[in-house]
Amino acid sequence: MNFDRIKEKLNILADAAKYDVSCSSSGSKRQNKVKGLGDSSGMGICHSYTEDGRCVSLLKILLTNHCIFDCAYCVTRKSNDIQRAAFKVQEVVDLTINFYRRNYIEGLFLSSGIFKSPDTTMERLVQVAKKLRLEENFNGYIHLKSIPGASDELMHEAGLYADRLSVNIEIPTREGLKLLAPDKDRKDFLQPMKKVKDEIIRHKSEKKIIKSTPKFAPAGQSTQMIVGATNETDAQVMYTAAYFYKKYQMKRVYYSGYIPVSYDPRLPSIGTDVPLLRENRLYQADWLMRFYGFSIEELLNKEHPNLDSDVDPKLSWALRNLHLFPVDVNKADKQMLARIPGLGMKSVYKILGARKYRNLNWEHLKKIGVALNRAKYFMVCNSKEWEKKDLSAMNIKSLILQNSSSKFRNTYNNQLNLFDKQDALIQN
Amino acid sequence: MIFIYDASFEGFLTAVFMAYEYKCKQPKIIKKEKFMGDFFEEVEEVITSEEKATRVWKKVKAKCGSRGTQQIYWAFLSELDEIENTLFQYIQHALASTKDIAKDYAHPAVLKVAQTVKQVGREKHRMDAFVRFRKTKDAIYFATVEPDFNVLPLNAKHFKNRYADQKWCIYDLKRNFGIFYNLEKVEIIQLELPTSILETSTDFFTTEEIQFQHLWKNYFDSTNIKSRKNTKLHQQHVPKRYWKYLSEKYL
Repeated sequence: MNFDRIKEKLNILADAAKYDVSCSSSGSKRQNKVKGLGDSSGMGICHSYTEDGRCVSLLKILLTNHCIFDCAYCVTRKSNDIQRAAFKVQEVVDLTINFYRRNYIEGLFLSSGIFKSPDTTMERLVQVAKKLRLEENFNGYIHLKSIPGASDELMHEAGLYADRLSVNIEIPTREGLKLLAPDKDRKDFLQPMKKVKDEIIRHKSEKKIIKSTPKFAPAGQSTQMIVGATNETDAQVMYTAAYFYKKYQMKRVYYSGYIPVSYDPRLPSIGTDVPLLRENRLYQADWLMRFYGFSIEELLNKEHPNLDSDVDPKLSWALRNLHLFPVDVNKADKQMLARIPGLGMKSVYKILGARKYRNLNWEHLKKIGVALNRAKYFMVCNSKEWEKKDLSAMNIKSLILQNSSSKFRNTYNNQLNLFDKQDALIQN
Repeated sequence: MIFIYDASFEGFLTAVFMAYEYKCKQPKIIKKEKFMGDFFEEVEEVITSEEKATRVWKKVKAKCGSRGTQQIYWAFLSELDEIENTLFQYIQHALASTKDIAKDYAHPAVLKVAQTVKQVGREKHRMDAFVRFRKTKDAIYFATVEPDFNVLPLNAKHFKNRYADQKWCIYDLKRNFGIFYNLEKVEIIQLELPTSILETSTDFFTTEEIQFQHLWKNYFDSTNIKSRKNTKLHQQHVPKRYWKYLSEKYL
C-alpha cells in the first residue's frame, strides 16, 4: 500500500464526502456467522465525533470527485476548480478492512461523483461492496449511494450487498432543482428509489415463505435535502419529507443546512452562516412526525408555513392549542403524554411505568428525571399546585423563554431586535 | 451490622444471604479493601460460598426476571461507594413486593439502581466505541483502556462477535487485567506491560500500524466541517479523559 498516495486521495475524497450527513449504522441485521469479520446486528456505534460535533461511524468517502454534472450547490460540480482524485476499488476495500479491524469504524459509506455515465459509476460502487462481502467475508455496515439514472439491474445487485441505499433529492422543490441543477431530472432520482423500495417489499414477503431469501438493503433507504439554498419554506421541506416517508418508506430523511461553497449569484454567498437553528427545528418536526404521533398538518399549514425559531415546534403547537391542556399525567394516555411540551418519549415511558405503583406528584416527577421547565405549564399531577392557572399563551411563552437558555439565543434575539426596529420605524 | 466481603459478585450475594440469615434489615456491605474498621458496629467477615450465592441469585431471578438480575449485576460493576447497600435495599424491596418492581422509579433504591445501570451502560458503550486496536508484531490487535467502571466483562461478547477472525486483547490498565480472544474463546489475562505501552513503539507494533493511525487521523480531520464548529458538543461526546487512547486526538 502506497501510504502517501492514499493519504492524499483520502484527504480529497473524505473532504468532498462530508456534506452527506447520514452516519447511521444501525437497523441492519447482518450477523457474523462463519467466523468472518464484522457484525452489524446490534445498534449503531459512533466511534468518534468531529470537532463540529457530528458523529463518525462510517468511513465516508467518494470513490471519485470527477463529475459530469454541474449542480450549483455541490463542491464537486464540474465547473469548480478543485483537485480531483479517484480511488481504485481495491484501495477502498483495503482501507475499509484495516480501519474496521482497528475498531475505528462500523463500516463504509461510499458515494461518488458521476464519471462517464450513471451506470459505470454505480457498477464501480457495487464492485466495492461485492468484494467486501464475498472476498473479505465482511459483515460490517455498507451504505451505498444510488446514482440517479442507474439501471434497475445494478440497483438490484447493490441491494444484495449493501445495508442501506440512498439517493439525495437535495433541493426540496421542483423549481429550485431546475434553477440550481438544470442537467438533473427529478425522475432520475425517483427511479432507483422506487426500484429499491419495490425490491425491499418483495424480498420481505418472499422471506416469509422461503427462509433462505437473501437480505436486500436490510437497513432501508434514506435521502437528504439541503435547506436554505433556495427560498423554500419549512412547510415545503417537511411536506416533501412526509411524502418520501410515506410513498417510498424512507427510514430517514436528513436535512442539511446549506454550507456556502460557491460565488454563484443564485445561492447564498460564501461567508453566510449555516442555518443551524433552522436545521435543528426541522429535525424536531421530523421527530414529532415519526415518533410522537403528530401529523404534518398540525405543525405546518397555510397559517404557519414556517416553524418558530424561538420555541420548539411541539411547544409552538401546544401554545396554539391551549384548550387541550392541562393534561393529567396520572390518567392521560400515551399519545396525549407525548404531546406535552418538554416531555420526550423516555419520560413518557418512565411516567407510564412509575404511575402503576403510585399517583405521581411534582416531587416524584422531578426525581424520575422529568424536565419540568416547559412541561409544568401543561400538566397537572397529584398535587393542588398547578403552574398554568390562567396564563395566556404569550405569558407562558415569555416565562419559558426567561427561564431557559439556548446557544441559539443570539440568533433569534437578533431577529426579534430587527422586528422591534421595524416597529419603531413604522411608529415614527 | 457490617459485612465485609472479597469484592467478588458471589461474595456480595453471599453477604446478602447472611444478612437474611441474621435477620438484619439494614446491613452495611463493604469490600474488604475499602473497610476502614468500625468500633461501634458488629463486623462479620463473609466467606464467599457458591452455594449461598446461587440460592440468592435464583430467588432474585424468580422475582425480578433476567432483566432485573442483569440490572443488579451491571450496577454492581459500577464499584460505586455503598452501591452494595443500595442493591441490598433493591433486593429487599423486590422480595417483599408482590409486583415486579423494576419500574418503581419513585422508590429510591430502584431509581438509584436504574441510574447506575444507565451510567454503566454508557461506559460499556463508550468502550465499544473508543477501543482502538493497534496491531502488534505478532499479529494481535491490542488495545488499552481505563474505564470508569469495571465494564470489560460486559464488552467481551460484542468484540467476540465482531472480530471472530483476528486475535485481540483489550487491557484495563486501571484494574490490571484484560480480555484476550484466541480465535476460540475469550479469556481473562494479566500482563506485565511496559510503562511506554501507550506509545506505539516499533519494538512492539508494526510500522504499518503507525501509518494507519496517521491515515485515520487524516480522515478524521478531513471530515470535519469548519463552518459548523461546535467544540462543546464535541467534548461532550468525546470527554477529554478518553483522548489519550484515541489516535485521532493524540497524534
